[in-house]
Amino acid sequence: MHWGTLRDTVQEKQLFQGRAFVATLGVVVITLLLLGRFYYLQVIAHETYTTMSDRNRVQVQPVSPTRGLIYDRNGVLLAENRPVFSLTILPERVDDMKALLEDIQKIVDVREEDIENFRRRVKERRRPFKAVALRYHLTEAEIARLAVNRHRLPGVETDARLVRYYPYGKLTSHVLGYVGRINQQDMQRLDPVRYAGTHYTGKTGLERVYEDELHGNVGYQNVETNARGRVMRVLQREDPEPGRDLAINLDIRLQHIAKQAMDGRRGAIVAINPKTGGILAQVSTPGFNTNKFVTGIDHESYARLRDSKDTPLFNRATRGQYPPGSTVKPFLAIAGLDSDTVTRSRVVHDPGYYQLPNSSQVFRNWKRGGHGDTTLSDAISLSSDTYFYDMAHEMGVTLMADYLGRFGFGAPAALDVRNERAGILPTPEWKRRVQGEVWYPGDSVNMGIGQGYFLATPMQLAAATSVLASRGDRLAPRHLRSVNGELPAHHLLPDLVRPPLELDRESDWDYVIDAMVDVVHSSEGTARGINRGLEYKMAGKTGTSQVFSLDGGEYEEDELKERMKDHGLFIAFAPAEDPEIAVSVLVENGGSGSSSAAPVARQVVDAWINGFPEVMTKQAIPGAMQESELPDE
Amino acid sequence: MSKEFVRQMALDPDHFERRQGLMGRMHLDPWLLLLLLGVMGFGLVVLFSASENSAATVEAQLIRMGVAFVVMLFFAQIDPLLYRRWSPLLYLAGTLALVAVMFFGVESGGAQRWLNIPGVTRFQPSELMKIGVPLMTAWYLSKQHIPPRTMAILGTVVLIAVPSALIANQPDLGTALLVAASGLFVLFLAGLSWKLITAMVMLAGLSAPAVWLYGMRDYQKERILTLLNPGSDPLGAGWNITQSKTAIGSGGMHGKGWGESTQASLDFLPESHTDFIVAVLAEEFGFIGVTILLTLYALIVIRGLFIASAAQSSFSRLLAGGITLTFFIYVLVNVSMVSGLAPVVGVPLPLVSFGGTSIVTLMVGFGILMAIHTHRRMLES
Repeated sequence: MHWGTLRDTVQEKQLFQGRAFVATLGVVVITLLLLGRFYYLQVIAHETYTTMSDRNRVQVQPVSPTRGLIYDRNGVLLAENRPVFSLTILPERVDDMKALLEDIQKIVDVREEDIENFRRRVKERRRPFKAVALRYHLTEAEIARLAVNRHRLPGVETDARLVRYYPYGKLTSHVLGYVGRINQQDMQRLDPVRYAGTHYTGKTGLERVYEDELHGNVGYQNVETNARGRVMRVLQREDPEPGRDLAINLDIRLQHIAKQAMDGRRGAIVAINPKTGGILAQVSTPGFNTNKFVTGIDHESYARLRDSKDTPLFNRATRGQYPPGSTVKPFLAIAGLDSDTVTRSRVVHDPGYYQLPNSSQVFRNWKRGGHGDTTLSDAISLSSDTYFYDMAHEMGVTLMADYLGRFGFGAPAALDVRNERAGILPTPEWKRRVQGEVWYPGDSVNMGIGQGYFLATPMQLAAATSVLASRGDRLAPRHLRSVNGELPAHHLLPDLVRPPLELDRESDWDYVIDAMVDVVHSSEGTARGINRGLEYKMAGKTGTSQVFSLDGGEYEEDELKERMKDHGLFIAFAPAEDPEIAVSVLVENGGSGSSSAAPVARQVVDAWINGFPEVMTKQAIPGAMQESELPDE
Repeated sequence: MSKEFVRQMALDPDHFERRQGLMGRMHLDPWLLLLLLGVMGFGLVVLFSASENSAATVEAQLIRMGVAFVVMLFFAQIDPLLYRRWSPLLYLAGTLALVAVMFFGVESGGAQRWLNIPGVTRFQPSELMKIGVPLMTAWYLSKQHIPPRTMAILGTVVLIAVPSALIANQPDLGTALLVAASGLFVLFLAGLSWKLITAMVMLAGLSAPAVWLYGMRDYQKERILTLLNPGSDPLGAGWNITQSKTAIGSGGMHGKGWGESTQASLDFLPESHTDFIVAVLAEEFGFIGVTILLTLYALIVIRGLFIASAAQSSFSRLLAGGITLTFFIYVLVNVSMVSGLAPVVGVPLPLVSFGGTSIVTLMVGFGILMAIHTHRRMLES
């Protein structure tokens, strides 16, 4: 037994050693096979896997260019770019979006509306691995909290982005317009390559008109990202070409004074330099804070703006069409004289009304009892309706429309205003086409005092006044002054050479302008109320346009509700001999032009001719900037 | 000579030979120790960059290694006879624990693997059986005629099958297969006839379709399909394999350099400091680094097999050989998985991957190896 065990032991040991040898051989062979596998992966297929590794981590990202700035004529910044921190999410890296959003809500303040907007943006067509913004305008504290929790929020980034900011928000709303997020509609119109990295585009106003200049060109960078899409470093970069800076003709101080002069009333003011066509001020009140629109306005605020009776979103200066009323008289006076319809010596008796031959219809003068015997000059300074009723009848609609058209009525006036309206310069053909009726002689009579079908925008009125002020030069109004400090290229501002309006007798200009000076300076002039202390010669013309026709009947202004009151208008330029500024003022439901609109014009022209108050430095205007709220309010 | 006599002789320190130097007195095998320290040291270097330069991770691992080292030292002191005596009891306890897991186990990650001893500890009986099965099979076979006869083979198969089935039922197919392998290695070393081995391999091959159809769960099938075609779902199931192969391949001959792994540091490679750590090593140290690591492993295995061959009893030989080959199979499974040769199973890279349990179990095994090598009786010499 013992011996057997012992013999077995030797045998067992030998057997084991044989097996151990086989096992060792197996281990060596398998190790070599494994090494072979690694040799294949690391040496033979090395290139392939290097490429895969690089493709993993290196991504090409577009770099959006910085949007060009907009300055006023004195270099005051009207539209700038401010860094804003937003919270973005890369949807591709998020497994459970609902849980992530809940997590984020514990860290930063996210409203239901933000989530709604975010979901919508995620669904929209976008490049894969493009982060989608959830919240804008993070506070310092929120940025810090996000940084701390970053590791457990895959796909979440805080993104510093330059966002448009309008320091004068409300004051410049209708001139500059605003930029907004690029939506699907915009994408159809914009070049997808050029806008690859861009989030905002001009939606309205100058931001839209000069989008091409302001935007610049996209750049690219190769970035190293980790598996969760987080950018770790930039490997290579091709800088974008920044957008061009614009300077516009506007003087923000004049704009501010014009707006202040409106004193909260609805209306519009346009001021033009007759020598250049440069728009010095273009105000439409009320305005709105454009900054709210940049990152997306919330529903309630937007609804409030949209549904407001005062229609703050509506640009009265370029899209408001009003009967110009008596402000049309100087232009018709030129027409009457040049067409020899009337002469300077002609006298018309004004009994306070006008009747067409063989008609019972009575056209009333605004002054009961009339102005008695009036010449054309009197008819302008006193604003006799009867004289112009008579002249309009004599001249006929075709001739009137022809001259008014040469002053710019019936067509958009400005070169770089988006969606400007053309007003209505009625002709018999127009009436037949649009109203389906023939042109009655009475229509011409009404047109003679700027009523009836005739409609004009404040921009057109200012442009026509500018033509008058420059005695026939027809320079289209324009905002753009320079691009990157240089004169704008031709394709931006075609030097639209409209042939000047030439009269047979140059002196007719002076005759009409003298009458307009009388409107302000003479003791009988309709705008005599604004001539106190006037140190320069201002030429002007009042106008009052009826909101609706009050056929024949007596009417008492006070009894009418405010909205039924007439619109007050005034056009003016100064100094009369060598005009530097031409303005049109419209005060909606302001009543007579002499009491509502004329004082506004006086303040605007005063500032331009006499200089601005000391407190208004060229760089900042006390009171004006504070008015625009900060964007996150 | 009675058994009592042998035991007395063995326990009498005067009868021991080859007790030279500090190593010998501590029952340590210097060669094995050096190789183990080499692998663990290399592992720590890789772990540092795989964990994104986390000193805390390296420190935690270092502490575990220290604990495992003490455990190894402890097991090296125990006389192999004691292992032999306690084998059946340990096996029985382990099997009962596995049965207990079935009824009272704590579920985690969809599998019931843990046993909670309230107020004391929480452990995985399957981990225990990684040592328990080779112990038991070595004990059983050493008592039989060697090479084993049919009845002994059947007995061994039952001894292996019971715990393996219990573990597979948890379910933890990976560990079950490893436990089964550890027993089968013992059977192989005991001299299972080549005919039978050939027959078993053929049987396994033939039964593969049946196993595929009836024996495997969907997620297991998916893993195999993913292995064969990782490109089919590169962002989903194939992600791990694709990213790991990318990491290895982009390392090239010399590697990207220590701490320069982009696949791991940019989080493309999942489990970079645990199961997939060899991919980080391959990416940073290249083919040269991989060759060094696999050579170290092979030398450990060869040293282990040498210790087994030199052992004095059948039990010691079978046990040492079984432990050594099981160690190698861990390396093989992990490295094959990471390099895209085997389906993804949760097997860590021995001594290198971050994690506590596996390293302690392994070091218990090496402690036993050292005990076998250093507790020698004069009788045999």
